[in-house]
Amino acid sequence: MSGPSQDELAGLDGLGASSGRTGSNAPTIVVEKAPEPRAPEGRTIAQRPTTQDRAFVLTARGAAVSTLVIMLLIGVFLTLGAMPAFRQQGFGFLLENEWLPEAGNFGIASLLWGTFVVGLIALVVGFPIALGAALFISEFAPRSLKKALITLTDLMAAVPAVIYAIWALFFLQEQLLGVAQWLSTTLDGPLGFLAVAVPDSPSSYTSSAFIAGVAVGVVIIPTMTSVMREVFSQAPVGEREGAIALGATRWGMIRAVVLPFGRAGIIGGTMLGLGRALGETIVVFAIISPVFDFTTNPLESGTNTIAAHIAIRYSESSGIALAGLLGAGLVLFFFTLTINTLAGIVVSRSRSGAATEI
Amino acid sequence: MTTVSGLPGQSSPPVGSAPVLTKVDPDAPRHRVAAGPPVQKAPPAKRFGGIDAELGQHAVLSLIGSVSVAWLLYENLLPTSGAIGFWLLAYALFLGFFGVISATTLDREGVVDRLIGAVVSTAGLVMVAALGGIVLFTFLRGKGALANLNFFTETMALYGPDAPLDKGGIYAAMIGTFEQVAISVVVSVPLGIATAVYLSEVRGKLARLVRIVVEAMTAVPTIVAGLFIYALVLIQLGRDGSGFAAALALSVSMIPVVTTTAEVVLKLVPNGLREASLALGTTQWQTVRKVVIPTARPGLVTAVLLGVARVIGETSPVLLVAGFTNELNYNAFSGPQLSLPLYVFNGLRQPFDVAIERAFGAGIVLLSLVVIFFALARIIGGRAPGEMSRRQRKKINAQMAALATSTSQEDPR
Repeated sequence: MSGPSQDELAGLDGLGASSGRTGSNAPTIVVEKAPEPRAPEGRTIAQRPTTQDRAFVLTARGAAVSTLVIMLLIGVFLTLGAMPAFRQQGFGFLLENEWLPEAGNFGIASLLWGTFVVGLIALVVGFPIALGAALFISEFAPRSLKKALITLTDLMAAVPAVIYAIWALFFLQEQLLGVAQWLSTTLDGPLGFLAVAVPDSPSSYTSSAFIAGVAVGVVIIPTMTSVMREVFSQAPVGEREGAIALGATRWGMIRAVVLPFGRAGIIGGTMLGLGRALGETIVVFAIISPVFDFTTNPLESGTNTIAAHIAIRYSESSGIALAGLLGAGLVLFFFTLTINTLAGIVVSRSRSGAATEI
Repeated sequence: MTTVSGLPGQSSPPVGSAPVLTKVDPDAPRHRVAAGPPVQKAPPAKRFGGIDAELGQHAVLSLIGSVSVAWLLYENLLPTSGAIGFWLLAYALFLGFFGVISATTLDREGVVDRLIGAVVSTAGLVMVAALGGIVLFTFLRGKGALANLNFFTETMALYGPDAPLDKGGIYAAMIGTFEQVAISVVVSVPLGIATAVYLSEVRGKLARLVRIVVEAMTAVPTIVAGLFIYALVLIQLGRDGSGFAAALALSVSMIPVVTTTAEVVLKLVPNGLREASLALGTTQWQTVRKVVIPTARPGLVTAVLLGVARVIGETSPVLLVAGFTNELNYNAFSGPQLSLPLYVFNGLRQPFDVAIERAFGAGIVLLSLVVIFFALARIIGGRAPGEMSRRQRKKINAQMAALATSTSQEDPR
């Protein structure tokens, strides 16, 4: 950070405001008649903001505070709304895997598990592609292509989730059925839980956690790519040149300089992607057929996640059931907040090391 | 060992061009040291990042070989697994062949380098192909709906979901999207930009906390934003779902986007301009209004457009709080209101092919809107963030000159 600090600016401001006519904005230049040294008790420079300035600072601060308040309100309203459910279920809310609010028995254990499974599959699919794409853009792509690719990544991040959802539902799912079937029939020996009831029917494999996970994986690729790419591109030029001067190949240079330097970016970007994956609603909602049970076989039809569950059930819920949904939303809020804050810390740490330029 | 194309004495790269990486080309093939006397050949002029003839030859040969062998194997071994299986097999074969062919001329390091290059380039290609595939697929499936003009001028109020394509359309959804996005712009742009000004100009004690919270806010899942408005407006205040409630939910997503982008843009304003302005005796407010904001204006417009592009397609918050209707509703403040994402989402769950085609049609419209706003943001914002075009600099200089003359003439009040 270069540039004047707040105090310096305030001092400069005070210089204008306190010299001569108060309240005047015209520059006042005090011309010293003789270069004789001034007595130390000369004039003190103090900030005396004008009314206008005070109003300006108050308005800006008000806006900042209201942003804080909105965030606070989200937490408060979700907590207040979810209180009845928490009070009734206690810790059972996190441990119960039924959703029968009318019978007084509900919890989000299987939802948490489903969210975790879908998020994990999304990472397994998205991470290698995102890492490769980030390396390609920052290290391999020709200069002329680089800018276009960066724009394309940003654009892909801006494509609405509902577009991913129709694409996944009508295109990706069809393509993946064969893969799911092959995985299931080939691996059911060593991994018995992957076997499905009717292995020959493609419909055994539709609407599964696997397909939802792959679709969400595509959704989070641009998020992860852009974070990783940015950190890679900050790898110090001097060390890159050093590696190449020692005879390293391009990959040797990447392995010795770019990857160690960008490790925090890889971790942080992946966590940001995970946060996005956990909160993804529409894509999952469009694909899965909701089942309120632990997803033991991700290849088999039927699973559920917190976000999709909220979107599916909100309209038919009231009273304690709605409180339960708000509770589920609060848990999701808490999880994504934690993951993203950690990711932010990791990424910003990596940036602070960027000063090793030669 | 390596072909060094940038020996001292050779032309140095032009000033201001890419990092000095150009001097030693990591692309240069790492040839095995031949036993006999090395053949002296003048190295052909090479561009950094280019593909030399040998690499291209090897890649094409491996590609042809792998696809042929994969086809042969696939016909005999696994006839059922669809296109994905075929391409995965072909790709694995390609890497194998490519490695073996490269090993005929390169040492181990060189082969590894080439293989990694191939894998990484594939990942980039997959990402581009995924985006291209999504856009192309949406367009192909939805273009039939767009061909009828009534798609843009009629609503579905009078027709069922199985109505033919020349009946009904997305007019109500477009109106809803327009109004909801407009309201959320009105709510979140002043708030977002004022917060950014606070973070970058006022920089009070709260700044650190606010920055952390705004960053956290970008991470709030949209469904949680929707749930928050649902709990606040529909439950606590007892109102029905409306376009306004949807706009509020969108604002929760939009504020952090506008704030973070605007803060970055404001930080790009050179400090010299602020100092020069303050040195002329202006107040802080005058500096912000006449120097900082005008300098950053294109970037601020970009911030707004990016915010719009981000929220225009949000579905989950709207799903929760906008209610559902097929009727045209101009009044965002009362009664349920349709919007484009909601229209797409409802369409894709219908069992009728025409309804799905209409959903894809609405998807094209939505995608086009996102691309338009995105492109506008890029064009108005100029270069990638962090760079200022020469024109922008010139403009700033002109503005500063104008400012200097105007302050001297301005009525001191």
